[in-house]
Amino acid sequence: MAKIRGAVVVDVEGCKGCGVCIPACPSEVLDLAKEVNGKGYNYSFMKNPEACVGCANCAIVCPDGVISVYKVKVA
Amino acid sequence: MAEITLQDIIKEENLVYKKSKVMTDNTLSYCPGCGHGTAHRLIAEVIEELGIQSETIGVSPVGCSVLMYNFLDIDMQQAAHGRAPAVATAIKRIMPEKYVFTYQGDGDLAAIGTAETIHACNRGENITIIFINNGIYGMTGGQMAPTTLEGMPASTCPFGRDIELMGNPLKMTELVANLAGVYSVSRHSVHTPRNVRKAKKAILQAFESQKLKRGVSFIEIVSNCNSGWKLTPRKANEWMEENMFPFYPLGDIKVDGQLVTK
Ligand SMILES: Cc1ncc(C[n+]2csc(CCOP(=O)(O)OP(=O)(O)O)c2C)c(N)n1
Ligand code: SF4
Ligand code: SF4
Ligand code: SF4
Repeated sequence: MAKIRGAVVVDVEGCKGCGVCIPACPSEVLDLAKEVNGKGYNYSFMKNPEACVGCANCAIVCPDGVISVYKVKVA
Repeated sequence: MAEITLQDIIKEENLVYKKSKVMTDNTLSYCPGCGHGTAHRLIAEVIEELGIQSETIGVSPVGCSVLMYNFLDIDMQQAAHGRAPAVATAIKRIMPEKYVFTYQGDGDLAAIGTAETIHACNRGENITIIFINNGIYGMTGGQMAPTTLEGMPASTCPFGRDIELMGNPLKMTELVANLAGVYSVSRHSVHTPRNVRKAKKAILQAFESQKLKRGVSFIEIVSNCNSGWKLTPRKANEWMEENMFPFYPLGDIKVDGQLVTK
């Protein structure tokens, strides 16, 4: 059965740590890091990368447009 | 089956979403979680998808989004407070082949710019108006706006808006929907994926009806001002759902020149 796997890349320095992307994800992939970026924001990261389906929900609600989304079909 | 690694997924050919090329690389001046950024990006995506980057002229307001011209890679003119619809009128009349839109906050559009908004709408100028309603004056420190809800605190009404003393909140969007020059009116939000998709579709349709010279398309986006509301971005979005949406219900208000009866 074909399965979809996705992944997101967050521009760590552009992220403002607002957390708006977290509830937008249907698979509970994202969380805010304990570490901060250069501006002092706890940036978003994939805590649970295996669950990402590449739906881009997180990316389209990100006010700063710092999420890029990748998706593949795995046989 | 070999395990697929993140390196296998994160490759140029597997890219399905990234920030629109019509957005510049400048860091947005907005607070974390502010809906202005999302609204900007949707406009940029529509412009990119319609291939009208060099044919679109935006008019930015006074308010937090005053610097919008730094964030969208299109021609823009910044207008004096509330005057964006008048400036857009001039631009569209001089260059009718261009796509012309205004982008205005509620302090800009529904307070100081009330006259310009109503008359541009009533004249049926062939423009798109995008109205970001966060219920207060964000830029200047969260003062009460005409749109501030009953009981909603703001820096100039810290105990909440008292209607007896401060008057009623203004539903500008329903007001302009009644004007003959207005072709389409709808209200949206940009805080969830579903709402983002709907808002984008409305912006796309607005640009398309501008090409067909249909008159004003008016799109309200109910948004947060988490700094002014003194809530975290996620809490502000929840507060917006619970408090703003009952008074400012999302959906179509006027479609193809006809008021939607509910
Ligand atoms: C003629 C004039 N009057 C008043 C101001 C002060 N002022 C700047 S922004 C603003 C209100 C902006 O509020 P809004 O339009 O809701 O936009 P937001 O900042 O919330 O996005 C005011 C009153 C001004 N710049 N010019
Ligand atoms: S792409 Fe979809 S599944 Fe993956 S993190 Fe974003 S919202 Fe979650
Ligand atoms: S929505 Fe964007 S800016 Fe906010 S935490 Fe997520 S990635 Fe960072
Ligand atoms: S003050 Fe309010 S409207 Fe202005 S950028 Fe901050 S959150 Fe957005």
